[in-house]
Amino acid sequence: MSILTKTEAGPPGPGDPAPSGPFLSVRDLYVQFATEDGVVKAVDGLSFDLERGRTLGIVGESGSGKSVTNLAVLGLHNPRNTTIRGEIVLDGQELTGASERTLERLRGRKMAMIFQDSLTALSPYYTVGRQIAEPYMKHMGASRKAARERAIEMLARVGIPQPRLRVDDFPHQFSGGMRQRAMIAMALVCDPALVIADEPTTALDVTVQAQILDLLKDLQRETGTAIVIITHDLGVVANTADDVMVMYAGRCVERGTVREILKSPEHPYSWGLLASIPRLSAPVDLPLSPIPGAPPSLLNPPSGCPFHPRCAFAEEVGGGRCATVRPGIPEDERRGFACHLGRERKREIFTGQIQPRLGGGAR
Amino acid sequence: MSVPQQDHAPRETMNPLLEVTGLRKYFPVRGGFLVKRHVADVRAVDGIDFTIAEGESLGLVGESGCGKSTTGRLVTRLLEPSAGRIAYRGRDITHSTRKELAPIRSEIQMIFQDPYASLNPRQTVGHIVSAPLEINGINPPGGREKRVRELLETVGLNPEHYNRFPHEFSGGQRQRIGVARALALEPKLIVADEPVSALDVSIQAQVVNLLQRLQRELGIAFLFIAHDLAVVRHFSQRVAVMYLGRIVEVGERRDIYERPRHPYTHALLSASPEPDPDDRNATERIRLAGDVPSPVSPPSGCRFRTRCWKAQDRCAAEEPPLVRLEGNREGHLSACHFPEEPTTAARGEDIVLDPALAALEETTADKTL
Repeated sequence: MSILTKTEAGPPGPGDPAPSGPFLSVRDLYVQFATEDGVVKAVDGLSFDLERGRTLGIVGESGSGKSVTNLAVLGLHNPRNTTIRGEIVLDGQELTGASERTLERLRGRKMAMIFQDSLTALSPYYTVGRQIAEPYMKHMGASRKAARERAIEMLARVGIPQPRLRVDDFPHQFSGGMRQRAMIAMALVCDPALVIADEPTTALDVTVQAQILDLLKDLQRETGTAIVIITHDLGVVANTADDVMVMYAGRCVERGTVREILKSPEHPYSWGLLASIPRLSAPVDLPLSPIPGAPPSLLNPPSGCPFHPRCAFAEEVGGGRCATVRPGIPEDERRGFACHLGRERKREIFTGQIQPRLGGGAR
Repeated sequence: MSVPQQDHAPRETMNPLLEVTGLRKYFPVRGGFLVKRHVADVRAVDGIDFTIAEGESLGLVGESGCGKSTTGRLVTRLLEPSAGRIAYRGRDITHSTRKELAPIRSEIQMIFQDPYASLNPRQTVGHIVSAPLEINGINPPGGREKRVRELLETVGLNPEHYNRFPHEFSGGQRQRIGVARALALEPKLIVADEPVSALDVSIQAQVVNLLQRLQRELGIAFLFIAHDLAVVRHFSQRVAVMYLGRIVEVGERRDIYERPRHPYTHALLSASPEPDPDDRNATERIRLAGDVPSPVSPPSGCRFRTRCWKAQDRCAAEEPPLVRLEGNREGHLSACHFPEEPTTAARGEDIVLDPALAALEETTADKTL
């Protein structure tokens, strides 16, 4: 019950309706942008699965390709300078080569997106109610009146006080937290089976963030939606996700359940991420251990393992393999990591150097 | 170079470097057609007191709009206080003129949040970092350029990058340039306004460590403003929690994070996400409703009462003073009539004030029964 759990029948082929298989399945996805400076390899051979009712957290720094992946799933990239290769299968339907018409019918109906910045994602020109009602009218063929009722119902569900009154407000009349709620209402109005939330709470205050994350979780429990949550905040992941995929330079470097990733990570980059953030429970006299250097340019990603120039343990792998051989994750395993380091040595490093920095369970 | 005590040195023995009492800043709101009249005030900072000892780091946390950045700008006198008193080394600088401030300005420096907006893109790094020296007419032995190169090295940049422009650097490196500029005049106090929140996670730690090293080695006092509780805890020996222009709780790091008394501090700590799947069950869960009220017309009495689960009539009538409550340690002050127990452990029942959340959780609970 997690990413990359395969049914006995194997992965669903394109066009093959497989209701028992994973709801969303991405195989060998490559996304490249042509720019003046060259080709940006934003996503570089990514595979993952997501089942109904589960939440997948995608973690990574800016430029790791986490947002691009999901724009590709929704078909929101600019077709003029973007090349996409690989397979994206949503509920048995192949999306990579799908026509704009097909995608349009899916977007808002079957899959929906929650954006980071609610002020730019909502149109300032239309009332909140109208923006929520629009996809309902388009996809469900509902009348204007029924759609308005639906918008009011949705606003109430996401916790907007006096929804009957606020439905005619414009986005600027809402506070940041309320706008984010309205955007959740908009995404959920047609009961989509997949919701992609791209940094849904980054712009919000912590107390409001906690409300929104819990709201998403509770709504998911009610509707059984599959959620992809993209974030750079491991705390958000710990609170929401069932499974986690750690991305670096357009690739997945580690995946597993939230507990596996946060409690016993195996990839040096995951170690770096976990050891570099201050925690409420960690000892304060220990300095943070940052990851040296900066994320690589995707125009010209490092050879071999993309993390090797910043990795403290690359020299321990014999023959300079980190710089030449690209480590992969076996596709069939739900738990995996792309690293050449030996298992024994890894355990040693983790218990010796990393674990003490992660702090005790309770604070 | 003095190395300040890292933890829990009795504060009375230290000299207050900065003393702020009753500080207020109101921004006028003007309205009306043609003739703009003064119709109301945004009470960004509404009567706060705190002190910072030499070499000490005071963290200021709170949500957006609580007045923490305004406080920083008042202390550096980038804004003119509406009322109250700011004393630096015992000298009143509340309404000092530019001329009177000149010698003090070099001792109080600022690090800004956005490393992209706070550096002039048309000046080289050398120019940016040497500007404070130039303005103050300081000629260090060996020349300004030598001093700038030393500073670049101190903050972990390559001194050979002296002639580069800001756009040639990454976000973390730019923030280091900002730090080097703040250090140029050997300040005694640095006001750091969200110095790491614009940076990537792996880079944040680099800058936090740099600031921490500087604080220890150079004995610089910090007013560290941030919304991230974990970063503040890591950096500050004492912490003040702000809500709607007031300090609701202040104390040593241990007091605030382990023995908080004010309900708002509890709510903040509970909402702060920890990257630990076990944390959810080990600590209390408090979910507030709605957003922070407008600072134009803050609630009467205790400002937190509109979102507080313990609020009673007394909270609306009477503003709770910031005092040492019974059971609090020395220096731990809370402004609450009905304080919470000094623990963050999980409670028998979650506190969920958000109506939508409460409704959803009730229905799912019914289903599982």
